[in-house]
Formats: sequence, structure tokens, C-alpha cells
Amino acid sequence: MPLMNMVQALNSALREEMRRNPRIVVLGEDVGRRGGVFLVTDGLIDEFGAERVIDTPLTELGIVGVAVGMALYGLKPVAEIQFIDFIYEALDQLLSEAAKIRRRTGGMYSAPIVVRGPCCGGVRGGMFHSQSPESYFVHTPGLITIMPSTPYDAKGLLKSALRSEDPVVFLEPKILYRTVREEVPEEDYVVPIGKARVAKEGSDVTVVTWGAMVYQALEAAKLVKARHGWDVEVIDLRTLFPFDKDAILESLEKTGRLMVVHEAPRTLGLGAEIAAYVAENAIDMLRAPIKRVTGFDAPFPLVHEKLYMPNVARIYMGLSKLMKY
Amino acid sequence: MVGSRFHSTDWPFREYSLDDIGFDLRRALGLYRVIDEEGGQVGDFDVDVDRLLEMYVYMVRARILDDWLLRLQRVGKVAIHAPNKGQEAVGVGAAMALDGGDWLFPSYRELGAYLVKGMSEEEILDRAIANIDDILRGSEFAVYGKRSVNLVPAPVPVGNQAPHAVGAAMAAKILGHRTVVMAIFGDGATSRGHFHAALNFAGVFKAPVVFVVQNNQWAISLPSRRQTASVTFAVKGVAYGVPSVRVDGNDVLAVYTIAREAVERARRGEGPTLVEAVTYRMGPHTTADDPSKYRDPGEVKLFEKLDPVIRFKKFLYKKGLLDEDQDRRIWEEWSSRIEDTVKKCYNKPPLPVDVILENVYSKPTWNLLEQYEELKESLEIIRELGLEVD
Repeated sequence: MPLMNMVQALNSALREEMRRNPRIVVLGEDVGRRGGVFLVTDGLIDEFGAERVIDTPLTELGIVGVAVGMALYGLKPVAEIQFIDFIYEALDQLLSEAAKIRRRTGGMYSAPIVVRGPCCGGVRGGMFHSQSPESYFVHTPGLITIMPSTPYDAKGLLKSALRSEDPVVFLEPKILYRTVREEVPEEDYVVPIGKARVAKEGSDVTVVTWGAMVYQALEAAKLVKARHGWDVEVIDLRTLFPFDKDAILESLEKTGRLMVVHEAPRTLGLGAEIAAYVAENAIDMLRAPIKRVTGFDAPFPLVHEKLYMPNVARIYMGLSKLMKY
Repeated sequence: MVGSRFHSTDWPFREYSLDDIGFDLRRALGLYRVIDEEGGQVGDFDVDVDRLLEMYVYMVRARILDDWLLRLQRVGKVAIHAPNKGQEAVGVGAAMALDGGDWLFPSYRELGAYLVKGMSEEEILDRAIANIDDILRGSEFAVYGKRSVNLVPAPVPVGNQAPHAVGAAMAAKILGHRTVVMAIFGDGATSRGHFHAALNFAGVFKAPVVFVVQNNQWAISLPSRRQTASVTFAVKGVAYGVPSVRVDGNDVLAVYTIAREAVERARRGEGPTLVEAVTYRMGPHTTADDPSKYRDPGEVKLFEKLDPVIRFKKFLYKKGLLDEDQDRRIWEEWSSRIEDTVKKCYNKPPLPVDVILENVYSKPTWNLLEQYEELKESLEIIRELGLEVD
């Protein structure tokens, strides 16, 4: 099996699925000859031509709106948003149209587009190249939201997204594009939507997290193991909606302590929903109050970003609170 | 190999002239007409006799149906209706320019277009009443559509369908189909970003799409002269490289003729066209609106003289294709047929409660399954406690 980083894994998922399904088209800014600013679509135009790898004018609204129309007609469009921070122009098309068109047409039509793009911080990207807007999508009935943390999952989940009958928002933590390499099969496989992954087993605390925060949680788990002997279980949620509630409950049955870690701001972040779900359905399992470690409720900064994002220190603080409760 | 993209013709430091626009800009400023106010012929058209009468009947049907929907709303049977009166020529003329397999992304307020495309009065009434046979399963008011005839239900946020039409047209082109796609939306929608994105994409990709701007002079209370500082709406298309034509929207043959020209252009692979149809909204924006607060009733009186149905009737009289007797019979026949249909649809049972949780995903997600149980339980409580909730 070849070693791949996430960009290569995503590229191979697109390439394989485009070979498999002639109705898949890719559209977005600079996705053609440039291969996307992060090279996720690199070389696709050579194999599939400019009709299926479409450089568009600079408008996220247009990219998503046109993708919806293509999907209504029967294509399977993949809309690349150059940085997910720019998605807001397209929210009317994504939240009012892609998400609702099955419902508002009585099931006659659907628009199972894939909207994908780089998200999250850690690359000194400043306010508009670092955001984690997953809550907007998770809050909208009709959308599936995915965020992989490994090359293997990125490929397998993107393939699932490309075979989904529902619209998918596929968020790619850009800091992981080239920092993690692992063996990724060249043959066909999928990672199912809606299934979490246990990134590390443990018996004392459950940390539910996703994206690049998986690695921060693993780092913190190592630290508390070494300093205190605490055994942390890390769950990589992978699909943010519909999230794998069973995996969370199963882990909690074992640990009785829950922490959610995410980069997005805390208030009404997905951590709030997970905490509420557990509080409503499994409060008996808890031995300590639920702890959230998240991005602060402030716009993403250019400077000191590692202090804004959850880091090992803040996860350590949270774990200490949970364990000493 | 990356070479220079510049040829002598697109060298950036050159001057352009009107000739470089590539189409006749004056058509975006003029007003194409076939029928004058008195029913006399003042322009060319190419429609055979049967089809002329068919157009007239569609306009009559739309007018009668519109009136029924208004009455049904007043007795509480229909949630909201967006009256069509005065705009029948646009929907009928534009939709008749399409061929059977072509796609239409209409706005609300397009009863004529829905009928032409192949939605029956019964389907429209079931939809409006949101009864058990409502195709859209009680999802929204005032919008209509039917997949089997490529009539995509309108979004309520105005103009959202414009990029969809372009995407569908691009898809048809990519798949090698000869389908043409039409979008109809109002003057208000031209102020939204969706219009800009749609026109821009359509121009760049030469999409086989026809945009019809139904300029009915009012976006709720905002008159069209406050919607834009452009002298016409059609002229907006020019900047996107989209040939644009302004027509008399109360003249069904003018709308049809220009829309047909646009559809044929698109089918030949020559790209998009924008048609501005100048018309007038004789009624309120919706049944929830009160135009007396912002509109001079004298204005409505003025436009009553331009009524598109009466104008077309006068034209048919003058051509000897229709007489008063035949006209009366058409109105009587369709009035009684539609009344019968109203009676039939009126007492059909309501939609089941499940619809409020269906068609969210291709398969219900776990939260929806949980919430479905909650809904069922709430129904039991409602029964048990004798509550009046829904």
C-alpha cells in the first residue's frame, strides 16, 4: 500500500470515483489547470477534461447554486469552496436549497451535491482562512457533515460522500493536508457515513473530537497517562451529522466522563449538542459534569492561534477537572 | 505548457466599441410587440391557428383558477395565494415556447406556465389546499411543480432558482442532451446575488438557458423604479454578455415570439438569452398583502385597460379566429370544469402527520426516528387529554 497524505488521498478518491461514475463533475475556483490552491484536484483536468473539471467565476453562491441545478438534472457535482470561510455567500443555496429541496419538492427532486473545502486553523491563516463553521451545517436538517482526520478516512469518507443520495458538506482540516501520511489502499473501499472511530482506547475519560483536534487529544492523553496514569479514550467522530451516538454512549458506559473538544467557538458548537444528547439520554452514566474544550467565543485570530484553539494545555486542564471532580 | 492567453483581440489594453458587444443592445431598451392595445397586429409572429386558440384557453384557465385560489384562501382552505391576475401572458407565452422535454424553473405566481407545462387544475388545487394528493406533500405554500413534466417547484426565496436553471442547462450540455432550460423570476429577484451569479455563469459557459424577468412593476410595495437605477431590466443582461430583449409582457404573442427565438438559439448552442417581460401585478403581492397602503388605485385602473386576456381576445376577434359566442362558451366550459374540480379537491382528506418528518434525507436519520416516536406519543396525549393543537 502506498503512503499518502490527505491531499493525495482526496485526489485519489476523486479520481477513482470520477472513473467509476461519469456523472461526477468537479467545479470551483482554480480547480482546473491550477489543480486547486491545495492541489486536491491536481491533474483531474488532464484525465477528465475541462467539461468535468470546471474552473468557475469567483462566486461561492454561483458554485453551489449551479451545482444544485446540475444535481437536479442528474449530475453528481463536487463543489470546491477554496476556503470554507467563504461559504457564507452560498449559505442560501446550501441551507435553503440543497438541504431542503427533497422536502420542498415532496421527494420528487434531490440535490445530493458534495460541497468540500479546507477548514480549520493552525496555519496562520487569520480570520478568514481558519474557521470551523460545522455547526451551521449540522443545525440544518437535510445535510450530512463530515470531517476526516486521517488520509485513510479522507479517501474512504469522500468516496461515501460521492455515493451518497444526500447533500454532503465535506470539511478538510487544512493543517492535516500534508502533515500526516499513512498507508492508503489503492483498491476500492469506503468508510461509512455515521460511524465514529476509536482513535485510542481508554477507560477513564471519553474525549469526543474531530479533525485536527484528534491529534491534540491524543497528545494530551499521552501527557496525562505519563503524569497521572489516567487512561483516556479518544473518539474521532468523523461524521459530524448524523453523529455516531452509539459510539459515544458505548464509550461512556466504560468511562463515565465526557469531554468534547472542537476548534469552533463554544456557544452552540456541536459540543453543545453532544453534551445535551448525553445529558438527556445518559446522565446516569456520568460521574462528573461534561467538559467542553473549544475555540473561544471570538473571531479566529491571526496571532497566538495555538492559544485560541484547544491545545494540550487546555485539554489537560479539562481532563484534570474531570478526573478530580 | 503555459503560454500567453492573449491574442490581438483580447489584448487588455485596447478600446472596445458597441460592435464588440456581439448582439443588438437596442433590443434590451426597446419593447417588442405583436398586438397593440386595441388588438391590432403591429409585429411578426409565427404560430398556427390551433395554437393561438390554445394559448387563449390557457390564459382563460389561469384567470379562472387564480380567482378560485383567491376565494379558497379567503375561506381558509388555502394558506396563502399569490394572485396572478394581469400576468397571464408572460407565463403562458414563455412556457409555450418550450418543447416537451425542456425544463422550467418558474417563480410562484405562474399559473399559466404550470398549466402549459402539464400540471392540471386538479393537481394545482390539491397542491394549494395541501390535501392528501398534494404532490409537494404539504411542504410549502404558493409553489407548484411536477417532475414528470420537468417543472421544478419554485423556491420561495425569490431568484434562488436562477443558478439552478443555469446548472441544469450546463448539465444538459455536458451530457450532450438538447434540452433547453428556462427560469422565470420577478423584477425583485434581479437585485439578489443569485441573479448576478446565474447571468454571469450563463454568459461564461454559454449555457442553453432562457431567463424571463417578469417585471410586474412591484416587489410587494417597492416599485420597479426603486428596484434598480437601470433604465430597463433587460439591459442588465448586456453586461454579462447575454443577449437581452425587452417585450410587452401583456402581449402573449410578443412574449411567445421572443421566448421561442431564445429557446431556439439556446438549442442551437448559441447560449443564453434574457427576456424582460413588462407587465403589471393587478392584485396584491399575496393574500397577506394590502396594496392600498402603497399603491394608487388609479394605477390599477390604468392597467386594466391593458389586460392581457382582453387584449388577446380582441386580437382573435379581429383575426376572425374567435367570436363572442365561442368566447362565452370557452369561459362557461372552463368555469364549470374548474368549479367541479374545486368541489372534487375541496373535501379530499388531509395529509397524514408523518409528512412533517419525511423527505428530509433519503433515509431517516436516527434523530428523526426518535422524533417520530415523540410525535406519535404527542398524538396520543392530544387524544387522551382532548387537546386542540393542530
